[in-house]
Amino acid sequence: MKDKKHIISMLVEDQPGVMTRIAGLFSRRGFNIDTLTVGKTTKKGVSKMVIAVIGDDNVLEQVEKQVNKLIDTIKVMEMPEGKSVIRELCLIKVSIANKKQKDEVMKYTEIYKTKIVDITQKFISMELIGTPAKIDAFIDLMKQFGIKEVSRTGATAISRG
Amino acid sequence: MNGAKAIVETFIKHGVDVTFGFPGGSVIPLFDAYLDYKGKIRNVLVRHEQGAAHAAEGYARASGKPGVCIATSGPGACNLVTGIMDAYMDSTPIVAFGGQVPTGLIGNDAFQESDMMGITLPITKHNFQVRDANQMAPIMMKAFKIATEGRPGPVYIDLPKDTQVNEVTEPIPEEVKIAGFQPTLVPNPMPIKRAAEAIANAEKPLFLIGQGVVLANASEELRELVELVKIPVTTTYMAKGAFDEYNDLSLGSVGMHGRKIANYATVNTDLLITIGCRFSDRITGNLKTYAEKAKVIHADIDPAEIGKNVRVDIPIVGDAKNVIKALIAQLKGMKVEEKKKWTDRIKKFKACCDECVKVQKGKRIHPRDVMYALNDVLKPDDIVVTGVGQHQMFAGHFLKMRKPRKFITSGGAGTMGFGFPGAIGAKVAMPDSNVFLVDGDGSFQMTIQELGTVKEAGIKVIPIIMNNSYLGMVRQWLELFFDKRYSQVNLGESPDFVKVAEAYGLKGIRVTKSEGLVPALKEAVKNDVTTVIDVCIEEESNILPMLPPGGHVKDAFGGCMAEAGKFFEGE
Repeated sequence: MKDKKHIISMLVEDQPGVMTRIAGLFSRRGFNIDTLTVGKTTKKGVSKMVIAVIGDDNVLEQVEKQVNKLIDTIKVMEMPEGKSVIRELCLIKVSIANKKQKDEVMKYTEIYKTKIVDITQKFISMELIGTPAKIDAFIDLMKQFGIKEVSRTGATAISRG
Repeated sequence: MNGAKAIVETFIKHGVDVTFGFPGGSVIPLFDAYLDYKGKIRNVLVRHEQGAAHAAEGYARASGKPGVCIATSGPGACNLVTGIMDAYMDSTPIVAFGGQVPTGLIGNDAFQESDMMGITLPITKHNFQVRDANQMAPIMMKAFKIATEGRPGPVYIDLPKDTQVNEVTEPIPEEVKIAGFQPTLVPNPMPIKRAAEAIANAEKPLFLIGQGVVLANASEELRELVELVKIPVTTTYMAKGAFDEYNDLSLGSVGMHGRKIANYATVNTDLLITIGCRFSDRITGNLKTYAEKAKVIHADIDPAEIGKNVRVDIPIVGDAKNVIKALIAQLKGMKVEEKKKWTDRIKKFKACCDECVKVQKGKRIHPRDVMYALNDVLKPDDIVVTGVGQHQMFAGHFLKMRKPRKFITSGGAGTMGFGFPGAIGAKVAMPDSNVFLVDGDGSFQMTIQELGTVKEAGIKVIPIIMNNSYLGMVRQWLELFFDKRYSQVNLGESPDFVKVAEAYGLKGIRVTKSEGLVPALKEAVKNDVTTVIDVCIEEESNILPMLPPGGHVKDAFGGCMAEAGKFFEGE
């Protein structure tokens, strides 16, 4: 079976040590976390965690079952690509050597609908929200200018419909 | 009421009247509270915290009730770790308490502080740190629920000293809810129907019974199911006795050192009906070739076990008792013919297995003779606890148990030193049963200090030391797989175990000839104190045949194998 990226969304008790439990489980069972995000929900004491994990379908099944066994886990859902909205936020700082480069970067920001959050004579910092693949592509594109710094949040997701 | 008293009150509420523990600075308030509840709670004072954890396991395994062990912070709690890990591997319901430095000092590297939450995290079903005396009772209620419900397991509770001393000011709730803990107990009817149909259609079905059946107290239901469908039964070591091993359809234990007939049946079955077994590598060998001719039904209370190791055709999630009841109900309404051809063949080969005398006799006692002698003496309610090693495999292979919870062994973890404290816990749980400990001289010496515990607490167990001055199982592997290059397996001259027992104020008997075994066992049963039986066994006997680790079950070798790859003449 082929390895691919799976997105798992889970509701967990907002307890001290929850992150350690999840991270510990992944390392102990040899699962590979690609990204992990966590945030509050509308319900007090409940957090939502979204984990991107790399592996085949068997790995995904085991991840879901093992995570479900944790007492602090309330609910686990797989977020298949077609049935979910998956987004990531990326902050990226790019060097600009001259005006020509600056104009070029500005052109790309329009195409990718990124937002400029800081600009100096030497650097442009941008904010981009999109699918992880879109962000990958944008970062790739910026490499020609010289990337000074990148900060990505990892994927978060919500189901469609 | 302070936190410490809240602990004892909660014990009493959960039917806990005995704990196993060892004191220290951080649990002084807790043991102080014991003095105010005399007659309602007692602590068995062990000689080492590892003994407390294993005793709690032995207690839980023999009684079905959760076992409780207590240690102080830092080194005390760390000494519980082996037992907690053992309980995790064998799904044993224990609640382990460790003291902790006062909440204000946590993180300061205070005296005897250790991060027990971090240390116990991967080896517990769950762990808690109490941070306020008001949380004490609710956390304990959750802990007992988690330890015992669904697939059982150990729960660790970290007890900062101030939470034991501070007053409880809020009312204690009647019940606690845990949103993320709702085990599936009742199986879905669809797979039950499919399983019943598969059983009706199979030609060579086989039951593979694991400890899940013991944990669910489902032996009676299993007996009824087997009577109904007349299908042979093999069990794991963990489930030994879940089905009466004197029954015609019992094939005994399966796996690396299991009965030849059980492994033969596994290789040849066309339907493996697995209930409450997690398919450990000691059962399956190579997963690719395991039960390759068979359709696999796998019922387990833990969905994560299904499909983890072995491919499954019919998965069933549920408590073993409910699963078996549902199968009985389904099968009663169907016409299921006895698979006479298969069962006749199995019974024929089983008879050769029982009569097999292929054992290399030497000058000293062969381990098998010890098991035969013990079989003669054992009453149905007697309990056998084992250490870990060759003696354990001889016990699992040759002993015949009639009832569940009577054979207690460290299975998944294989913890040397489990036996003696495990036996102490079992005896405390079942004071009216004789508790025999089948141990090795290596294993026994790992927790030998508990001789002081049995003496002082007046607990009578019967340790049988299979003494060959070797770490026998490793020696066997070195003989078989490392050209007899013996490294670090010879213990040299053993201490005089009879004198050691006597030094503790106990009794000891040495047995050097097979004829002396039964009389020694009978004498030990009659004695009113723990009587250590030191049995001088063959130095280099092997437990054979065995399955090659990671190999095909049919490649069992050695001992009475007809030839390599062939279990019986004329199969």
